[in-house]
Amino acid sequence: MKANSFKWQMSLLALLMLCVRPGIALDESITETAQFSAENQEVSEQQAEAVLDPFANALARLHLGSMKDREQASEHLSMTGHPAILAILEALLDGRLYTLHDTQTAVIASESGQSYRIAEASTGVDLGLVERSALLKVNITNSLRTKLRKKISLLQLQSDDASVRLSAVNAMVKTADANTLELLKEHESTEQDEDVLSTIRLIFALHDLQNSDKLVRLNAMDTLKEYNSLEAYNRLSALVEKDSAGNFIEADTEVRKKAQAALKKIDARLQFYSSVETVFFGLSLGAVLVLAAIGLAITFGVMGVINMAHGELMMLGAYTTYVMQQIMPNHIGLSVIVAIPAAFMISAFVGIAIERGIIRFLYGRPLETLLATFGISLFLQQTVRSIFSPLNRSVTTPEWMSGSWQINDFLSLTWNRFYIVLFCLLVFAALLQILKKTRLGLEVRAVAQNRNMAKAMGIPTARVDAMTFGLGSGIAGVAGVALSQITNVGPNLGQSYIVDSFMVVVFGGVGNLWGTLVAGFSLGIANKMLEPHAGAVLAKILVLVFIILFIQKRPRGLFPQKGRAAEA
Amino acid sequence: MKSLFISNDKTANIVLLSLIALTVLVPLCNAIFPSASALHFSAYTVSLLGKYLTFALLGLSLDLVWGYCGILALGHGAFFALGGYSMGMYLMRQIGERGVYGDPVLPDFMVFLDWKELPWYWYGFDQFWFALPMVFLAPGVLAFVFGWLAFRSRVTGVYLSIITQALTYALMLAFFRNEMGFGGNNGLTDFKDILGFNIQSEAVRVALFMISGLTLIGAFLLARWISCTKLGRVVTAVRDHEARVRFLGYRVEMFKLWIFVFAAMLAGLAGALYVPQVGIINPSEFSPLNSLEIVVWVAIGGRGTLYGAIIGAMLVNYGKTVLTGLLPEIWLFTLGATFVLVTVFMPNGLAGLLPKESGETRT
Repeated sequence: MKANSFKWQMSLLALLMLCVRPGIALDESITETAQFSAENQEVSEQQAEAVLDPFANALARLHLGSMKDREQASEHLSMTGHPAILAILEALLDGRLYTLHDTQTAVIASESGQSYRIAEASTGVDLGLVERSALLKVNITNSLRTKLRKKISLLQLQSDDASVRLSAVNAMVKTADANTLELLKEHESTEQDEDVLSTIRLIFALHDLQNSDKLVRLNAMDTLKEYNSLEAYNRLSALVEKDSAGNFIEADTEVRKKAQAALKKIDARLQFYSSVETVFFGLSLGAVLVLAAIGLAITFGVMGVINMAHGELMMLGAYTTYVMQQIMPNHIGLSVIVAIPAAFMISAFVGIAIERGIIRFLYGRPLETLLATFGISLFLQQTVRSIFSPLNRSVTTPEWMSGSWQINDFLSLTWNRFYIVLFCLLVFAALLQILKKTRLGLEVRAVAQNRNMAKAMGIPTARVDAMTFGLGSGIAGVAGVALSQITNVGPNLGQSYIVDSFMVVVFGGVGNLWGTLVAGFSLGIANKMLEPHAGAVLAKILVLVFIILFIQKRPRGLFPQKGRAAEA
Repeated sequence: MKSLFISNDKTANIVLLSLIALTVLVPLCNAIFPSASALHFSAYTVSLLGKYLTFALLGLSLDLVWGYCGILALGHGAFFALGGYSMGMYLMRQIGERGVYGDPVLPDFMVFLDWKELPWYWYGFDQFWFALPMVFLAPGVLAFVFGWLAFRSRVTGVYLSIITQALTYALMLAFFRNEMGFGGNNGLTDFKDILGFNIQSEAVRVALFMISGLTLIGAFLLARWISCTKLGRVVTAVRDHEARVRFLGYRVEMFKLWIFVFAAMLAGLAGALYVPQVGIINPSEFSPLNSLEIVVWVAIGGRGTLYGAIIGAMLVNYGKTVLTGLLPEIWLFTLGATFVLVTVFMPNGLAGLLPKESGETRT
């Protein structure tokens, strides 16, 4: 109450200051927090106020005082009800709270290149860039850190945003004590959000597990077995464990049995989630394989050209992404989007140049094209090495692609894999539409089926060849953009994918795009399914051996071409 | 027997004579001239030349498969590496107690990995009489199994090329694993003795060079002889028109298998000679890129001629040594460009530039 009335006084004071010094431009949204803003020359005035102002007082002790003061100050600070508290405490926890040497004010700093961008802690007003040496970091102890976490979650609980409240209660799951429970019980009655309520009940149930009343414990277990919570799982497992002497830690047989049953139920769900995760990993690996192979499926399948430089065309796409990010370093998210058409154009252009310059002299001699394109691949690799250095270049992942989708404690899917699966399907659909619906697609299919007949019908086969090769190469470039997000961009990028992509095309059946899709995804999933049992390398070896054996059985792949084209 | 040494093909005779001259002259120069003389070949040079000879042998073996039988094997390096590993295992066992850890039986890397016993497949490799046949058997058996499966089910052309590539890629991944017991990515190295002689000594190096030279000459003559026999003729016919040969009643897959296994053994022998001269064998020998490079040698030299493979392997590797030493940046440009130019403008390689003497056809 006292703090509130004080706030009013301060508002008046600030208004007064505004009248006196209209030069201070205040953003509307921060007007309230900016009330305490004071210019450097007004330090003495500020210090005079500080005696009256518990917030300023607590803040001063927090960043200027001793380590011992700090703990108390944070306590006092959180009681003032000031709107900037949460930001200050969070900054303190993350080590972003500093003291500015010159004015002895508390600032929140963020790294910005070589220097630091600082904002006044109490108001959030941007104070521009300073050197690291102008700042003194406010250090905290581990015990303070634990307390801060708790305090922050309590503050967050008051938030209007349901997602902030949810993350606050989630943070409490592990550390809740009697005090927090009290608070939560109070909060429960006013809480509207289902997810927050459910987590609060989880916290209660976890607490009840320690209850002296057996019935309460049993009931708690009934609740817990429905939760996908790691903490619940750990606490339940602790109930059925034995000590070093071989005796059960938990004396009550009924409780143990119930815990066992609850664990079994959670285990079943755990198994399910882990297989969902495996399939997802498999799909994302498959998507990468499909992306890498699909361009090859066109040049190899439709034209019968074995393009060993395919991997290098992907590499060009990846480097295009890198260059795009260098051109617009402030718009990383946009640069990746722009890189897609750019990579398509560049790789397609290089592809057409390769076709016009070399491959057209070698039609009908597939093994020679293999050798010539291998030469080209070496050439392209060295070109990139000379221009960009042999070291890997780092491509930044845009914000919307990083992080993961945390579904529950047992299942989280990373966004970049998710987007790659999506992207792969989009590219596939687009390619299919091009081949089916456009004039070029019609001509490509006609030439693939019967070159001479197509020529007789007036289709310019030479031009179609160039366009087909350009299309396949362009898609390799687009695949390169996707690859740049999940692997290192370096001169050897192409080489590491070329064997895999050939495997996918051959396994799926040459000249069949659907075959490539099915083959890519099934190989990806098979690989990821084997991995937990055999290890990553052995899984890959097993898949390779499987393909080698499979080709013996069905020399033309999963979906062989039928009819006359098959013998071509 | 006359045709064994002197063929109608003049170039082949010239290459053969140069090989003999090289095998005799290099050790002779090494022995006669003092080390300060310009004509003296240092131990390093002798080993380098010896290495080229083993590469020539490897190229020769690939030419039998690709040039004569039309099978573009992109995994030929696997057989070379297997032969190399067989020899490497023998050399490894010869180290005995002189290793860093001084274990009388276990090689250093096994002690390092805390292995207690020698894996069963290492038994016998302390004896040369056991290791030598393994040099032929290890690649031979692999080639037999792989070829038997592939040729019987008529996997041909591009498909075969790609699964041979998959084979060597899978082997590379496997040999990179420490659990395989072949030293992981470090491979086998730090050799001391071969047959009781110090492997570092100049005399042993010269001897190894001579053995490589003689083996190459022997293999060349043998390969030429095979190409003249009925077997060789059928194999060539398979290259030119497989279906027709099959309809004539020949069991095409058996001929292919035979030549494939024979070539694999030759490649293994090349690997076994390569390892003591270079002093190391590691899984990168299995990399698909290495196998492709072998194809480059043969293509540049001219396939289907045998001597072309020898010239190609020696020239490309000499170029590689010179260029990677002087201008490392240029090497891949040169190799890539040579490759494109050779396939587009000289489909028969360097040998194709010479006036034709025999009317061979090629697809």
